[in-house]
Amino acid sequence: MNDLLHVQGLTKRFGGFVALDRVDLQVAPGERLGLIGPNGSGKSTLVNCVSGLLRTEEGQVSFDGHDISSLPAHQRIQRGIARSFQIPKPFASVSVLDNLCVPLLYATGHREGSHRPSEAQVRSQAIAILDSVGLAQRADEMSSGLTQVDMRKLELARAIAARPLLLIADEAMAGLSSSEVDEILQLLLQMKARGIAVIMIEHIMRAVMQFSERVVVLVAGHKVADGNPHEVIANPDVQKAYLGE
Amino acid sequence: MSNARFATIALLAGVLLIVGAQWIQNDYFFNAAYTVLMYVILSTAWNILGGYTGYVNFGTAGFFALGVYSSIVLWKAFHPPLAVMIVVGTLVAALAGVGLGYLTMRLRGHFFAIATLALAIMLFTFVTNWDYAGGARGAYVIVPREVPFGFARYIRYLFSVMVLLSVASIVVARVVERSRLGRGLAAIRDDELAAECAGVPTLKLKLISTALSGGMMGLAGTTFPFFISFVEPVGAFDLRYAVNAIAMPVIGGMTTWLGPLIGAVLLGTVQQLVQVTISSAWNLLIVGLLLVGFVTMAPEGIMGWVFAWRRRRARRS
Repeated sequence: MNDLLHVQGLTKRFGGFVALDRVDLQVAPGERLGLIGPNGSGKSTLVNCVSGLLRTEEGQVSFDGHDISSLPAHQRIQRGIARSFQIPKPFASVSVLDNLCVPLLYATGHREGSHRPSEAQVRSQAIAILDSVGLAQRADEMSSGLTQVDMRKLELARAIAARPLLLIADEAMAGLSSSEVDEILQLLLQMKARGIAVIMIEHIMRAVMQFSERVVVLVAGHKVADGNPHEVIANPDVQKAYLGE
Repeated sequence: MSNARFATIALLAGVLLIVGAQWIQNDYFFNAAYTVLMYVILSTAWNILGGYTGYVNFGTAGFFALGVYSSIVLWKAFHPPLAVMIVVGTLVAALAGVGLGYLTMRLRGHFFAIATLALAIMLFTFVTNWDYAGGARGAYVIVPREVPFGFARYIRYLFSVMVLLSVASIVVARVVERSRLGRGLAAIRDDELAAECAGVPTLKLKLISTALSGGMMGLAGTTFPFFISFVEPVGAFDLRYAVNAIAMPVIGGMTTWLGPLIGAVLLGTVQQLVQVTISSAWNLLIVGLLLVGFVTMAPEGIMGWVFAWRRRRARRS
């Protein structure tokens, strides 16, 4: 098994409502995967189950060859599953730079033994990451004062700071202008160079088609398609789900 | 400033305060100062959970009373030295803090605040019905005739102990604030889900925070029976402690160790002055008015003004 992420038979119920029904999903190291589906199809639920914020009833989540189904979220990010949130969740009372210090201090130590970086090392690493997403100018500003697009960049920067193997970007472009979408898209495309696999959840099809090496479609908690982006959007089941009959 | 250096300076300041105060003739000063120092510890303790971690605790009186009653029970049973009672009372309250944190780990905001209030009421009911600890009638503690370390009066000795305990609390608060732990707590305060997803073990850190905060509240109560010499449940669980422990950090500023200290000294001193000049009944009214004033006009407290002033000055230069 060479998959980085291997999800098998994942089922999530909220009371009587089945949000995910025996979903299988594989992601290879460094792969760029697009995850699409109509509103309410279970995309965010899937992200929450993989990142550990929700407990699943059935099924297994394996990462890097280990079963992580019973691990809490903070241990999953320590193993390398980072995520960004659909609605940005900055640490609003601290500076942009300090936002990155949290994952740098808490998420990276696990894989590098007990050695803990010094305050100066953490700062310089944080500045390097902010520089790579174009936020270096804003390092000392309060994160609550950022614009929408900068807030999205901060979300991604904070995820990168955890030095993940897999990044799940949950609608990182929703509500942005066309040129801002391109900025975020460029950032996500650069992840491959860092060796990070990306699951991009998105409604903006232009971005999905440009980005994805493979596309998975969820409809009402079921996986209805998985494969080459152009073949997937030509799939009649997918067209039915989006456009009706 | 490094932690060791800060601790040394704080300890020196404490010792100077103790030595300097011995020239004061009026014993009433020590009574008043004891109360102010007690609030310094209580508000510093409250701020670790309330200010740093973002969990509002209305049960300060419960933890405080745990410290008070640990001392009473120990004193009745063994007559141990004060240091033993201080350590045991702190540990008992810290354990209660862990229990509270564990039971309420899924509660946030109003719900957490209500749970803390419920804890205080439960403890109150328990103590009221516990005959050995004095029950509803209360318990007398006869202050030892011999005053240790050559102090002139027992209250002077207690005041000195309180100074040292305050120094210790402030040092702990500052160490926490600037540590990796402090950054994790601040992340929890800002957004608990995002903190968990940034690798912060939120449950563990919340338990550390409730233990530290609860333990320090208990610490503030351990010497109280010897200060007041007659303790009954209504007094030990007075809502006044909870209200003051919240009001003082809010007025001083909740993001740094200095805020609760400023708030406690300011508000505590005003209350002591009002108590002797006007009437003790006015105390809570004053707290209420100040609280409303600060929440509406300076939500980040006195330290908020200081930070804003510093930012303005930095921009100008």
